[in-house]
Amino acid sequence: MAKARVRTTEKAGATRRQVLRAGIAAAAVPLLLVRPARATPREMEAAIRAFTGGAEMRPGKVALDLPPLVENGNSVPVTVTVDHPMAPEDHVQAIALFNERNPQPNVAVFHLTPRAGRAAVSTRIRLGDSQKIVAIARLADGSYWSDEAEVIVTLPACVEN
Amino acid sequence: MTPRQPGRMTARAALAGLAAALPAVACLAQQDGRQDGRLSGSAFMSAETREMQADDAANPGMLSVLDGEALWSRKEGAAGRACADCHSDAATSMRGVAARFPAFDAARNAPVNLDQRINICRAEKQGAAPFAWESPEILALSAYVGLQSRGLPITAGEDPRLAPFIERGRGFYSLRQGQLDLACASCHDDNWGRLLGSSPIPQAHPTGYPIYRLEWQGMGSLQRRLRNCLAGVRAEPFAYGAPEYVELELFLMTRAHGMVMETPAVRP
Amino acid sequence: MARTLINIPKQTRRGEVIEIKTLIAHPMETGFRPLANGSLAPRDIINRLVCTYNGEEVFRADLFPAITANPYVAFTTVATESGEIALSWTDDRGQTQTETVAIKVE
Ligand code: HEC
Ligand code: HEC
Repeated sequence: MAKARVRTTEKAGATRRQVLRAGIAAAAVPLLLVRPARATPREMEAAIRAFTGGAEMRPGKVALDLPPLVENGNSVPVTVTVDHPMAPEDHVQAIALFNERNPQPNVAVFHLTPRAGRAAVSTRIRLGDSQKIVAIARLADGSYWSDEAEVIVTLPACVEN
Repeated sequence: MTPRQPGRMTARAALAGLAAALPAVACLAQQDGRQDGRLSGSAFMSAETREMQADDAANPGMLSVLDGEALWSRKEGAAGRACADCHSDAATSMRGVAARFPAFDAARNAPVNLDQRINICRAEKQGAAPFAWESPEILALSAYVGLQSRGLPITAGEDPRLAPFIERGRGFYSLRQGQLDLACASCHDDNWGRLLGSSPIPQAHPTGYPIYRLEWQGMGSLQRRLRNCLAGVRAEPFAYGAPEYVELELFLMTRAHGMVMETPAVRP
Repeated sequence: MARTLINIPKQTRRGEVIEIKTLIAHPMETGFRPLANGSLAPRDIINRLVCTYNGEEVFRADLFPAITANPYVAFTTVATESGEIALSWTDDRGQTQTETVAIKVE
Protein backbone atom coordinates (compact mmCIF):
# COMPACT_ATOMS: atom_id res chain seq x y z
CA MET A 1 0.00 0.00 0.00
CA ALA A 2 1.42 3.34 -1.01
CA LYS A 3 1.70 5.92 1.72
CA ALA A 4 0.39 9.24 0.60
CA ARG A 5 0.98 11.44 3.54
CA VAL A 6 3.30 14.35 3.12
CA ARG A 7 5.78 14.22 5.93
CA THR A 8 7.93 17.02 7.14
CA THR A 9 11.57 16.24 6.83
CA GLU A 10 12.68 19.60 8.16
CA LYS A 11 12.89 18.25 11.70
CA ALA A 12 14.98 15.33 10.54
CA GLY A 13 17.94 17.26 9.23
CA ALA A 14 21.23 18.01 10.92
CA THR A 15 20.42 16.44 14.26
CA ARG A 16 19.84 13.06 12.80
CA ARG A 17 22.98 13.19 10.72
CA GLN A 18 25.07 14.24 13.70
CA VAL A 19 23.73 11.48 15.82
CA LEU A 20 23.57 8.46 13.64
CA ARG A 21 25.86 7.04 11.06
CA ALA A 22 24.89 7.61 7.48
CA GLY A 23 23.51 4.10 7.20
CA ILE A 24 20.99 4.51 9.96
CA ALA A 25 20.03 7.96 8.78
CA ALA A 26 19.20 6.69 5.32
CA ALA A 27 16.60 4.34 6.73
CA ALA A 28 14.66 7.24 8.12
CA VAL A 29 14.15 9.17 4.91
CA PRO A 30 10.64 8.32 3.84
CA LEU A 31 9.13 8.29 0.41
CA LEU A 32 7.82 11.77 -0.21
CA LEU A 33 4.55 11.76 -2.10
CA VAL A 34 2.48 14.84 -2.65
CA ARG A 35 -1.22 14.85 -1.99
CA PRO A 36 -3.63 15.69 -4.79
CA ALA A 37 -5.29 18.58 -3.00
CA ARG A 38 -4.41 20.81 -0.08
CA ALA A 39 -6.22 23.54 1.73
CA THR A 40 -4.52 26.90 1.77
CA PRO A 41 -4.56 29.67 4.37
CA ARG A 42 -7.04 31.43 2.09
CA GLU A 43 -9.36 28.39 2.05
CA MET A 44 -9.19 28.28 5.81
CA GLU A 45 -10.17 31.94 5.94
CA ALA A 46 -13.14 31.20 3.69
CA ALA A 47 -14.24 28.27 5.86
CA ILE A 48 -13.95 30.45 8.96
CA ARG A 49 -16.02 33.16 7.28
CA ALA A 50 -18.68 30.59 6.49
CA PHE A 51 -18.85 29.71 10.20
CA THR A 52 -18.81 33.26 11.57
CA GLY A 53 -20.86 34.83 8.78
CA GLY A 54 -18.12 37.41 8.55
CA ALA A 55 -18.68 38.61 12.12
CA GLU A 56 -15.77 40.05 14.04
CA MET A 57 -13.69 37.45 15.88
CA ARG A 58 -11.79 38.29 19.06
CA PRO A 59 -8.89 36.40 20.59
CA GLY A 60 -9.69 35.20 24.12
CA LYS A 61 -11.95 32.96 26.20
CA VAL A 62 -11.02 29.94 24.04
CA ALA A 63 -8.14 27.63 25.00
CA LEU A 64 -6.94 25.29 22.24
CA ASP A 65 -4.81 22.56 23.75
CA LEU A 66 -2.59 20.54 21.39
CA PRO A 67 0.84 18.99 21.86
CA PRO A 68 3.36 21.37 20.22
CA LEU A 69 5.32 18.43 18.82
CA VAL A 70 3.36 15.53 17.41
CA GLU A 71 4.69 11.94 17.23
CA ASN A 72 2.40 10.82 14.47
CA GLY A 73 0.15 13.05 12.39
CA ASN A 74 -2.40 10.24 12.12
CA SER A 75 -3.61 10.98 15.62
CA VAL A 76 -3.21 14.31 17.36
CA PRO A 77 -5.15 14.84 20.59
CA VAL A 78 -7.02 18.17 20.76
CA THR A 79 -8.97 19.70 23.62
CA VAL A 80 -10.88 22.97 23.38
CA THR A 81 -12.28 24.69 26.44
CA VAL A 82 -14.12 28.01 26.58
CA ASP A 83 -14.01 30.08 29.71
CA HIS A 84 -17.64 31.19 29.70
CA PRO A 85 -20.81 30.33 31.63
CA MET A 86 -23.27 27.77 30.21
CA ALA A 87 -26.48 29.47 31.39
CA PRO A 88 -29.63 29.27 29.23
CA GLU A 89 -29.49 32.98 28.42
CA ASP A 90 -25.73 33.17 28.00
CA HIS A 91 -23.71 30.16 26.82
CA VAL A 92 -21.32 28.74 24.23
CA GLN A 93 -23.39 27.54 21.25
CA ALA A 94 -20.71 26.05 19.07
CA ILE A 95 -17.00 25.34 18.88
CA ALA A 96 -15.43 24.90 15.45
CA LEU A 97 -11.96 23.63 14.55
CA PHE A 98 -10.10 24.54 11.36
CA ASN A 99 -6.73 23.64 9.90
CA GLU A 100 -4.57 25.33 7.36
CA ARG A 101 -2.93 22.60 5.33
CA ASN A 102 -4.93 19.35 5.33
CA PRO A 103 -6.85 18.66 2.13
CA GLN A 104 -9.88 20.37 3.70
CA PRO A 105 -9.93 23.33 6.09
CA ASN A 106 -12.81 22.00 8.24
CA VAL A 107 -12.04 19.61 11.07
CA ALA A 108 -15.14 19.54 13.29
CA VAL A 109 -18.01 21.63 14.62
CA PHE A 110 -19.35 20.87 18.09
CA HIS A 111 -22.85 22.13 18.93
CA LEU A 112 -23.39 22.67 22.64
CA THR A 113 -26.42 23.42 24.77
CA PRO A 114 -26.61 24.88 28.28
CA ARG A 115 -27.01 21.28 29.43
CA ALA A 116 -23.31 20.70 28.69
CA GLY A 117 -22.54 22.41 32.02
CA ARG A 118 -19.06 23.27 30.75
CA ALA A 119 -17.74 24.15 27.32
CA ALA A 120 -15.08 21.48 26.93
CA VAL A 121 -14.62 19.04 24.04
CA SER A 122 -11.84 16.63 23.10
CA THR A 123 -11.13 14.67 19.95
CA ARG A 124 -8.21 13.39 17.85
CA ILE A 125 -7.33 14.82 14.49
CA ARG A 126 -5.13 14.02 11.50
CA LEU A 127 -2.48 16.46 10.43
CA GLY A 128 -0.63 15.73 7.20
CA ASP A 129 1.91 18.41 7.88
CA SER A 130 3.12 21.02 10.35
CA GLN A 131 0.54 23.80 10.34
CA LYS A 132 -1.71 26.24 12.14
CA ILE A 133 -4.91 25.08 13.88
CA VAL A 134 -7.69 27.52 14.79
CA ALA A 135 -10.52 27.04 17.30
CA ILE A 136 -13.50 29.42 17.30
CA ALA A 137 -16.38 29.63 19.76
CA ARG A 138 -19.76 31.17 19.01
CA LEU A 139 -21.63 32.54 22.04
CA ALA A 140 -25.39 32.94 22.37
CA ASP A 141 -24.99 36.73 22.09
CA GLY A 142 -23.58 36.28 18.59
CA SER A 143 -19.98 37.08 19.48
CA TYR A 144 -17.04 34.96 18.24
CA TRP A 145 -13.88 34.16 20.19
CA SER A 146 -10.80 32.29 19.02
CA ASP A 147 -7.46 30.73 19.81
CA GLU A 148 -4.84 29.23 17.52
CA ALA A 149 -1.81 26.96 17.75
CA GLU A 150 1.13 25.98 15.57
CA VAL A 151 1.79 22.24 15.49
CA ILE A 152 4.96 20.52 14.33
CA VAL A 153 4.35 17.07 12.88
CA THR A 154 7.32 14.73 12.94
CA LEU A 155 7.69 11.60 10.88
CA PRO A 156 7.57 8.09 12.29
CA ALA A 157 10.40 5.66 11.62
CA CYS A 158 10.18 2.10 10.33
CA VAL A 159 6.89 2.26 8.46
CA GLU A 160 5.40 -0.07 5.91
CA ASN A 161 6.21 0.61 2.31
CA MET B 1 19.70 -10.83 28.04
CA THR B 2 21.80 -7.78 27.31
CA PRO B 3 22.75 -6.01 30.50
CA ARG B 4 23.87 -2.44 29.96
CA GLN B 5 27.28 -1.38 31.18
CA PRO B 6 27.34 1.34 33.81
CA GLY B 7 28.72 4.62 32.57
CA ARG B 8 27.27 4.24 29.10
CA MET B 9 24.52 6.68 29.77
CA THR B 10 27.05 9.45 30.42
CA ALA B 11 28.99 8.68 27.28
CA ARG B 12 25.83 8.71 25.25
CA ALA B 13 24.52 11.88 26.81
CA ALA B 14 27.72 13.64 25.79
CA LEU B 15 26.91 13.06 22.15
CA ALA B 16 25.31 15.87 20.24
CA GLY B 17 21.65 15.84 19.38
CA LEU B 18 20.45 13.58 22.14
CA ALA B 19 19.35 16.27 24.52
CA ALA B 20 15.77 16.11 23.34
CA ALA B 21 15.20 12.40 23.81
CA LEU B 22 17.28 11.35 26.76
CA PRO B 23 16.36 13.35 29.86
CA ALA B 24 12.73 12.33 29.66
CA VAL B 25 13.61 8.69 29.29
CA ALA B 26 16.21 8.72 32.05
CA CYS B 27 13.75 10.37 34.38
CA LEU B 28 11.15 7.74 33.62
CA ALA B 29 13.63 4.99 34.37
CA GLN B 30 14.05 6.43 37.86
CA GLN B 31 10.32 6.79 38.45
CA ASP B 32 9.88 3.23 37.36
CA GLY B 33 12.31 2.16 40.05
CA ARG B 34 13.90 -0.18 37.54
CA GLN B 35 17.49 -1.01 38.33
CA ASP B 36 18.30 -3.07 35.28
CA GLY B 37 17.84 -0.25 32.77
CA ARG B 38 15.24 -2.05 30.69
CA LEU B 39 12.46 0.24 29.46
CA SER B 40 9.15 -0.44 27.81
CA GLY B 41 8.45 1.30 24.52
CA SER B 42 5.92 3.45 26.36
CA ALA B 43 8.78 5.18 28.21
CA PHE B 44 9.85 6.65 24.86
CA MET B 45 6.41 8.01 23.94
CA SER B 46 4.92 11.44 24.44
CA ALA B 47 2.78 12.08 27.51
CA GLU B 48 -0.29 12.28 25.23
CA THR B 49 0.26 8.82 23.74
CA ARG B 50 0.93 7.35 27.19
CA GLU B 51 -2.35 8.82 28.42
CA MET B 52 -4.18 7.34 25.44
CA GLN B 53 -2.85 3.91 26.37
CA ALA B 54 -3.56 4.28 30.09
CA ASP B 55 -7.24 5.27 29.75
CA ASP B 56 -9.39 2.30 28.73
CA ALA B 57 -12.12 4.70 27.65
CA ALA B 58 -9.73 6.43 25.24
CA ASN B 59 -7.47 3.54 24.11
CA PRO B 60 -8.73 2.44 20.67
CA GLY B 61 -7.16 -0.98 21.28
CA MET B 62 -10.06 -1.60 23.66
CA LEU B 63 -12.44 -1.72 20.67
CA SER B 64 -10.51 -4.78 19.50
CA VAL B 65 -10.54 -6.27 23.01
CA LEU B 66 -14.34 -5.97 23.04
CA ASP B 67 -14.51 -7.73 19.67
CA GLY B 68 -12.35 -10.48 21.15
CA GLU B 69 -14.62 -10.81 24.16
CA ALA B 70 -17.59 -11.30 21.84
CA LEU B 71 -15.70 -13.90 19.75
CA TRP B 72 -14.70 -15.75 22.92
CA SER B 73 -18.28 -16.86 23.51
CA ARG B 74 -19.35 -17.36 19.90
CA LYS B 75 -19.93 -20.98 18.87
CA GLU B 76 -17.84 -21.74 15.79
CA GLY B 77 -16.88 -24.52 13.39
CA ALA B 78 -18.00 -28.12 12.88
CA ALA B 79 -17.77 -28.71 16.65
CA GLY B 80 -20.12 -25.80 17.29
CA ARG B 81 -18.13 -24.85 20.36
CA ALA B 82 -17.02 -21.52 21.69
CA CYS B 83 -13.67 -20.80 23.35
CA ALA B 84 -15.72 -20.19 26.49
CA ASP B 85 -17.21 -23.71 26.35
CA CYS B 86 -13.80 -25.21 27.12
CA HIS B 87 -11.92 -22.35 28.76
CA SER B 88 -14.92 -20.75 30.56
CA ASP B 89 -14.01 -17.38 32.11
CA ALA B 90 -10.97 -15.93 30.34
CA ALA B 91 -10.14 -13.77 33.35
CA THR B 92 -9.25 -16.99 35.17
CA SER B 93 -8.25 -19.46 32.47
CA MET B 94 -6.18 -17.02 30.37
CA ARG B 95 -4.56 -15.12 33.23
CA GLY B 96 -0.81 -14.93 32.55
CA VAL B 97 -1.06 -17.04 29.38
CA ALA B 98 -0.06 -14.34 26.87
CA ALA B 99 2.91 -13.45 29.11
CA ARG B 100 4.20 -17.02 28.60
CA PHE B 101 4.01 -17.06 24.78
CA PRO B 102 5.57 -18.08 22.39
CA ALA B 103 5.39 -21.46 24.16
CA PHE B 104 6.69 -24.92 23.29
CA ASP B 105 4.19 -27.04 21.41
CA ALA B 106 4.96 -30.71 21.89
CA ALA B 107 2.97 -31.88 18.86
CA ARG B 108 4.98 -29.58 16.58
CA ASN B 109 8.21 -29.91 18.52
CA ALA B 110 8.63 -26.15 18.12
CA PRO B 111 7.48 -22.90 19.71
CA VAL B 112 4.17 -21.39 18.62
CA ASN B 113 3.11 -17.80 19.25
CA LEU B 114 -0.24 -16.83 20.76
CA ASP B 115 -1.93 -16.25 17.39
CA GLN B 116 -0.82 -19.69 16.24
CA ARG B 117 -1.99 -21.27 19.49
CA ILE B 118 -5.43 -19.68 19.12
CA ASN B 119 -5.66 -20.90 15.54
CA ILE B 120 -4.66 -24.42 16.63
CA CYS B 121 -7.68 -24.41 18.96
CA ARG B 122 -9.78 -23.06 16.14
CA ALA B 123 -8.74 -25.82 13.76
CA GLU B 124 -8.43 -28.75 16.17
CA LYS B 125 -10.98 -27.99 18.88
CA GLN B 126 -13.62 -26.01 17.00
CA GLY B 127 -13.21 -27.57 13.56
CA ALA B 128 -13.17 -24.12 11.97
CA ALA B 129 -10.89 -22.52 9.37
CA PRO B 130 -7.98 -20.67 11.00
CA PHE B 131 -8.19 -16.88 11.00
CA ALA B 132 -5.85 -15.14 8.54
CA TRP B 133 -2.74 -13.44 9.88
CA GLU B 134 -3.51 -9.86 10.94
CA SER B 135 -7.24 -10.39 10.44
CA PRO B 136 -9.39 -8.33 12.82
CA GLU B 137 -10.56 -11.60 14.42
CA ILE B 138 -7.15 -13.02 15.35
CA LEU B 139 -6.00 -9.60 16.58
CA ALA B 140 -9.19 -9.28 18.64
CA LEU B 141 -8.81 -12.70 20.25
CA SER B 142 -5.12 -12.19 21.01
CA ALA B 143 -5.87 -8.70 22.38
CA TYR B 144 -8.58 -10.18 24.62
CA VAL B 145 -6.38 -13.05 25.78
CA GLY B 146 -3.48 -10.57 26.10
CA LEU B 147 -5.51 -8.25 28.32
CA GLN B 148 -5.80 -11.07 30.87
CA SER B 149 -2.02 -10.71 31.37
CA ARG B 150 -1.97 -6.94 31.66
CA GLY B 151 0.05 -5.91 34.68
CA LEU B 152 1.65 -9.35 35.03
CA PRO B 153 5.35 -10.06 34.45
CA ILE B 154 6.52 -11.71 31.24
CA THR B 155 7.46 -15.33 31.87
CA ALA B 156 8.17 -16.54 28.32
CA GLY B 157 11.19 -18.73 27.71
CA GLU B 158 11.29 -20.60 31.02
CA ASP B 159 10.56 -23.99 29.44
CA PRO B 160 13.99 -25.64 28.91
CA ARG B 161 12.84 -27.16 25.62
CA LEU B 162 12.81 -23.64 24.19
CA ALA B 163 16.56 -23.07 24.69
CA PRO B 164 17.75 -23.86 21.12
CA PHE B 165 14.98 -21.71 19.62
CA ILE B 166 15.83 -18.77 21.87
CA GLU B 167 19.44 -19.07 20.75
CA ARG B 168 18.43 -18.97 17.10
CA GLY B 169 16.31 -15.88 17.78
CA ARG B 170 19.27 -14.25 19.52
CA GLY B 171 21.47 -15.05 16.51
CA PHE B 172 18.99 -13.39 14.18
CA TYR B 173 18.76 -10.35 16.45
CA SER B 174 22.52 -9.85 16.27
CA LEU B 175 22.90 -10.58 12.57
CA ARG B 176 23.71 -7.64 10.32
CA GLN B 177 21.41 -7.74 7.34
CA GLY B 178 19.70 -5.81 4.59
CA GLN B 179 21.05 -3.19 2.24
CA LEU B 180 21.89 -1.04 5.27
CA ASP B 181 23.87 -3.86 6.93
CA LEU B 182 22.29 -3.28 10.34
CA ALA B 183 21.37 -5.77 13.05
CA CYS B 184 18.39 -5.32 15.35
CA ALA B 185 21.01 -4.91 18.07
CA SER B 186 22.69 -2.02 16.19
CA CYS B 187 19.64 0.08 16.91
CA HIS B 188 17.94 -1.45 19.92
CA ASP B 189 21.03 -2.29 22.06
CA ASP B 190 23.65 0.17 20.84
CA ASN B 191 21.55 3.22 19.94
CA TRP B 192 18.38 3.14 22.01
CA GLY B 193 17.28 6.53 23.23
CA ARG B 194 18.79 8.22 20.17
CA LEU B 195 16.64 9.68 17.47
CA LEU B 196 16.00 7.97 14.16
CA GLY B 197 14.52 10.76 12.12
CA SER B 198 12.46 12.25 14.88
CA SER B 199 11.50 8.95 16.54
CA PRO B 200 13.39 7.83 19.60
CA ILE B 201 14.73 4.29 19.15
CA PRO B 202 13.13 2.11 21.86
CA GLN B 203 14.69 -1.02 23.39
CA ALA B 204 12.34 -3.32 21.42
CA HIS B 205 10.67 -5.00 24.39
CA PRO B 206 7.42 -6.53 23.10
CA THR B 207 5.42 -5.78 26.22
CA GLY B 208 2.16 -4.62 24.67
CA TYR B 209 1.18 -6.78 21.69
CA PRO B 210 -1.03 -6.77 19.80
CA ILE B 211 -0.76 -2.97 19.74
CA TYR B 212 -2.82 -0.09 18.41
CA ARG B 213 -0.26 1.76 16.30
CA LEU B 214 -1.07 5.33 15.32
CA GLU B 215 0.94 4.84 12.13
CA TRP B 216 -1.28 1.91 11.14
CA GLN B 217 -4.47 3.59 12.38
CA GLY B 218 -5.32 0.18 13.70
CA MET B 219 -4.23 -2.98 15.49
CA GLY B 220 -1.28 -5.14 14.52
CA SER B 221 0.79 -8.04 15.79
CA LEU B 222 4.41 -8.16 16.88
CA GLN B 223 5.22 -9.85 13.56
CA ARG B 224 3.80 -6.90 11.67
CA ARG B 225 5.95 -4.60 13.81
CA LEU B 226 9.05 -6.72 13.08
CA ARG B 227 8.30 -6.60 9.37
CA ASN B 228 8.33 -2.80 9.59
CA CYS B 229 11.79 -2.89 11.18
CA LEU B 230 13.07 -5.34 8.57
CA ALA B 231 11.74 -3.08 5.82
CA GLY B 232 13.51 -0.23 7.62
CA VAL B 233 16.90 -1.86 7.05
CA ARG B 234 15.86 -2.83 3.51
CA ALA B 235 15.90 -6.54 4.32
CA GLU B 236 13.43 -8.99 2.82
CA PRO B 237 10.68 -9.72 5.36
CA PHE B 238 9.65 -13.34 5.96
CA ALA B 239 6.15 -14.67 5.48
CA TYR B 240 3.89 -14.38 8.52
CA GLY B 241 4.35 -17.34 10.82
CA ALA B 242 7.82 -18.18 9.48
CA PRO B 243 9.88 -20.02 12.15
CA GLU B 244 12.42 -17.15 12.04
CA TYR B 245 9.78 -14.71 13.28
CA VAL B 246 8.52 -17.00 16.03
CA GLU B 247 12.11 -17.54 17.23
CA LEU B 248 12.74 -13.80 17.13
CA GLU B 249 9.50 -13.14 19.06
CA LEU B 250 10.53 -15.77 21.58
CA PHE B 251 13.98 -14.21 21.99
CA LEU B 252 12.48 -10.72 22.43
CA MET B 253 9.99 -11.96 25.01
CA THR B 254 12.76 -13.82 26.87
CA ARG B 255 14.91 -10.67 26.76
CA ALA B 256 11.92 -8.83 28.33
CA HIS B 257 11.45 -11.55 31.00
CA GLY B 258 9.99 -10.02 34.17
CA MET B 259 8.83 -6.81 32.48
CA VAL B 260 5.18 -5.93 32.84
CA MET B 261 2.62 -6.75 30.12
CA GLU B 262 0.71 -3.72 28.74
CA THR B 263 -1.63 -5.28 26.15
CA PRO B 264 -3.31 -3.53 24.38
CA ALA B 265 -0.52 -0.94 24.16
CA VAL B 266 -0.60 2.17 21.99
CA ARG B 267 2.53 3.01 19.98
CA PRO B 268 3.31 5.86 17.58
CA MET C 1 -22.56 -2.94 13.38
CA ALA C 2 -19.44 -1.17 14.34
CA ARG C 3 -17.95 -1.70 17.77
CA THR C 4 -18.42 1.28 20.09
CA LEU C 5 -17.12 2.18 23.51
CA ILE C 6 -19.01 4.69 25.66
CA ASN C 7 -17.77 5.72 29.05
CA ILE C 8 -19.81 7.63 31.62
CA PRO C 9 -19.47 7.64 35.41
CA LYS C 10 -21.51 4.78 36.90
CA GLN C 11 -23.02 6.87 39.64
CA THR C 12 -23.45 10.64 39.81
CA ARG C 13 -25.08 13.33 41.87
CA ARG C 14 -27.75 15.65 40.49
CA GLY C 15 -26.20 18.80 39.01
CA GLU C 16 -22.77 17.26 38.58
CA VAL C 17 -21.00 17.92 35.26
CA ILE C 18 -19.97 14.53 33.89
CA GLU C 19 -17.68 13.69 31.00
CA ILE C 20 -18.89 11.33 28.26
CA LYS C 21 -16.10 9.63 26.29
CA THR C 22 -16.92 7.87 23.02
CA LEU C 23 -15.02 5.67 20.57
CA ILE C 24 -16.30 3.90 17.46
CA ALA C 25 -14.47 1.52 15.12
CA HIS C 26 -14.41 3.19 11.70
CA PRO C 27 -11.68 3.70 9.05
CA MET C 28 -12.68 7.35 8.37
CA GLU C 29 -11.63 7.05 4.72
CA THR C 30 -10.81 10.61 3.76
CA GLY C 31 -11.53 10.50 0.04
CA PHE C 32 -8.03 11.84 -0.58
CA ARG C 33 -6.06 8.57 -0.36
CA PRO C 34 -4.71 7.43 -3.73
CA LEU C 35 -5.04 3.74 -4.52
CA ALA C 36 -2.47 1.66 -6.40
CA ASN C 37 -4.38 2.20 -9.65
CA GLY C 38 -4.14 5.98 -9.31
CA SER C 39 -7.76 6.63 -8.39
CA LEU C 40 -8.79 7.90 -4.96
CA ALA C 41 -10.40 5.66 -2.36
CA PRO C 42 -13.98 6.97 -2.07
CA ARG C 43 -14.73 9.04 1.01
CA ASP C 44 -16.44 7.10 3.79
CA ILE C 45 -16.56 8.82 7.15
CA ILE C 46 -18.77 9.22 10.17
CA ASN C 47 -19.94 12.80 9.69
CA ARG C 48 -22.18 13.23 12.70
CA LEU C 49 -22.41 12.25 16.34
CA VAL C 50 -25.52 13.15 18.35
CA CYS C 51 -26.04 12.66 22.07
CA THR C 52 -29.49 12.70 23.65
CA TYR C 53 -30.28 12.52 27.36
CA ASN C 54 -33.74 11.05 28.02
CA GLY C 55 -34.67 12.00 24.48
CA GLU C 56 -33.45 15.58 24.51
CA GLU C 57 -30.43 16.51 22.38
CA VAL C 58 -27.59 17.74 24.57
CA PHE C 59 -24.63 17.57 22.15
CA ARG C 60 -23.96 17.23 18.43
CA ALA C 61 -20.74 17.10 16.43
CA ASP C 62 -20.21 17.52 12.68
CA LEU C 63 -17.09 15.59 11.73
CA PHE C 64 -14.84 15.97 8.68
CA PRO C 65 -12.16 13.70 7.14
CA ALA C 66 -9.49 15.30 9.36
CA ILE C 67 -10.87 13.32 12.33
CA THR C 68 -8.80 10.18 13.05
CA ALA C 69 -9.76 6.63 12.19
CA ASN C 70 -11.75 5.10 15.07
CA PRO C 71 -13.03 8.52 16.11
CA TYR C 72 -12.76 9.62 19.71
CA VAL C 73 -15.04 12.40 20.94
CA ALA C 74 -15.41 13.47 24.56
CA PHE C 75 -17.76 16.15 25.92
CA THR C 76 -19.67 17.05 29.07
CA THR C 77 -23.26 17.14 30.27
CA VAL C 78 -25.02 17.98 33.51
CA ALA C 79 -26.44 14.94 35.29
CA THR C 80 -30.08 15.97 35.66
CA GLU C 81 -31.97 12.74 36.30
CA SER C 82 -31.62 8.99 36.03
CA GLY C 83 -32.42 7.49 32.66
CA GLU C 84 -30.79 6.87 29.35
CA ILE C 85 -28.02 8.52 27.39
CA ALA C 86 -28.07 7.65 23.67
CA LEU C 87 -25.25 8.15 21.19
CA SER C 88 -25.94 8.06 17.45
CA TRP C 89 -23.22 7.98 14.80
CA THR C 90 -24.19 8.66 11.17
CA ASP C 91 -21.96 7.80 8.19
CA ASP C 92 -21.70 9.13 4.63
CA ARG C 93 -24.22 6.55 3.42
CA GLY C 94 -26.78 7.94 5.84
CA GLN C 95 -26.70 4.90 8.07
CA THR C 96 -27.09 5.59 11.77
CA GLN C 97 -26.00 3.41 14.65
CA THR C 98 -27.40 4.16 18.09
CA GLU C 99 -26.10 2.85 21.42
CA THR C 100 -27.56 3.61 24.82
CA VAL C 101 -26.16 3.59 28.32
CA ALA C 102 -28.01 3.92 31.57
CA ILE C 103 -27.21 6.78 33.90
CA LYS C 104 -28.00 6.76 37.59
CA VAL C 105 -28.38 10.12 39.30
CA GLU C 106 -28.92 10.52 43.04
C1 HEC D 1 17.56 1.48 11.94
C2 HEC D 1 17.27 1.22 13.32
C3 HEC D 1 16.44 -0.02 13.62
C4 HEC D 1 16.74 -1.32 13.31
C5 HEC D 1 17.95 -1.86 12.55
C6 HEC D 1 15.67 -2.11 13.87
N1 HEC D 1 14.76 -1.31 14.49
FE1 HEC D 1 13.20 -1.89 15.60
N2 HEC D 1 12.61 0.02 15.88
C7 HEC D 1 13.32 1.12 15.45
C8 HEC D 1 12.57 2.32 15.79
C9 HEC D 1 12.99 3.75 15.49
C10 HEC D 1 11.39 1.89 16.43
C11 HEC D 1 10.25 2.78 16.95
C12 HEC D 1 9.55 3.31 15.74
C13 HEC D 1 8.38 4.16 15.93
O1 HEC D 1 7.81 4.17 17.01
O2 HEC D 1 8.01 4.81 14.97
C14 HEC D 1 11.47 0.44 16.48
C15 HEC D 1 10.51 -0.37 17.09
C16 HEC D 1 10.69 -1.73 17.32
C17 HEC D 1 9.82 -2.53 18.12
C18 HEC D 1 8.57 -2.04 18.86
C19 HEC D 1 8.82 -1.87 20.32
C20 HEC D 1 7.56 -1.52 21.09
O3 HEC D 1 7.66 -0.76 22.05
O4 HEC D 1 6.49 -2.02 20.76
C21 HEC D 1 10.30 -3.81 18.09
C22 HEC D 1 9.72 -5.03 18.80
C23 HEC D 1 11.47 -3.81 17.24
N3 HEC D 1 11.68 -2.52 16.80
C24 HEC D 1 12.24 -4.91 16.94
C25 HEC D 1 13.26 -4.91 15.99
C26 HEC D 1 13.90 -6.12 15.51
C27 HEC D 1 13.60 -7.52 15.98
C28 HEC D 1 14.82 -5.71 14.58
C29 HEC D 1 15.71 -6.60 13.71
C30 HEC D 1 15.01 -7.44 12.79
C31 HEC D 1 14.78 -4.26 14.53
N4 HEC D 1 13.79 -3.82 15.37
C32 HEC D 1 15.61 -3.48 13.76
C33 HEC D 1 14.55 1.11 14.83
C34 HEC D 1 15.19 -0.02 14.36
C1 HEC E 1 -12.99 -28.18 22.61
C2 HEC E 1 -12.34 -27.42 23.66
C3 HEC E 1 -11.57 -26.17 23.24
C4 HEC E 1 -12.04 -25.11 22.52
C5 HEC E 1 -13.38 -24.92 21.83
C6 HEC E 1 -10.98 -24.13 22.51
N1 HEC E 1 -9.90 -24.61 23.20
FE1 HEC E 1 -8.20 -23.61 23.59
N2 HEC E 1 -7.42 -25.27 24.47
C7 HEC E 1 -8.11 -26.43 24.71
C8 HEC E 1 -7.23 -27.39 25.37
C9 HEC E 1 -7.59 -28.79 25.79
C10 HEC E 1 -5.98 -26.73 25.52
C11 HEC E 1 -4.70 -27.31 26.13
C12 HEC E 1 -3.73 -27.68 25.06
C13 HEC E 1 -4.20 -28.85 24.19
O1 HEC E 1 -4.58 -29.86 24.74
O2 HEC E 1 -4.20 -28.70 22.96
C14 HEC E 1 -6.15 -25.40 24.95
C15 HEC E 1 -5.17 -24.43 24.95
C16 HEC E 1 -5.38 -23.10 24.62
C17 HEC E 1 -4.42 -22.03 24.81
C18 HEC E 1 -3.03 -22.18 25.42
C19 HEC E 1 -3.18 -22.14 26.90
C20 HEC E 1 -1.86 -22.28 27.64
O3 HEC E 1 -1.91 -22.16 28.87
O4 HEC E 1 -0.82 -22.47 27.03
C21 HEC E 1 -5.00 -20.89 24.38
C22 HEC E 1 -4.37 -19.48 24.38
C23 HEC E 1 -6.30 -21.23 23.88
N3 HEC E 1 -6.51 -22.57 24.05
C24 HEC E 1 -7.19 -20.32 23.34
C25 HEC E 1 -8.41 -20.70 22.77
C26 HEC E 1 -9.25 -19.79 22.06
C27 HEC E 1 -8.98 -18.29 21.86
C28 HEC E 1 -10.32 -20.50 21.63
C29 HEC E 1 -11.48 -20.02 20.76
C30 HEC E 1 -11.10 -19.46 19.49
C31 HEC E 1 -10.14 -21.86 22.10
N4 HEC E 1 -8.97 -21.94 22.78
C32 HEC E 1 -11.05 -22.88 21.89
C33 HEC E 1 -9.43 -26.68 24.41
C34 HEC E 1 -10.24 -25.85 23.66
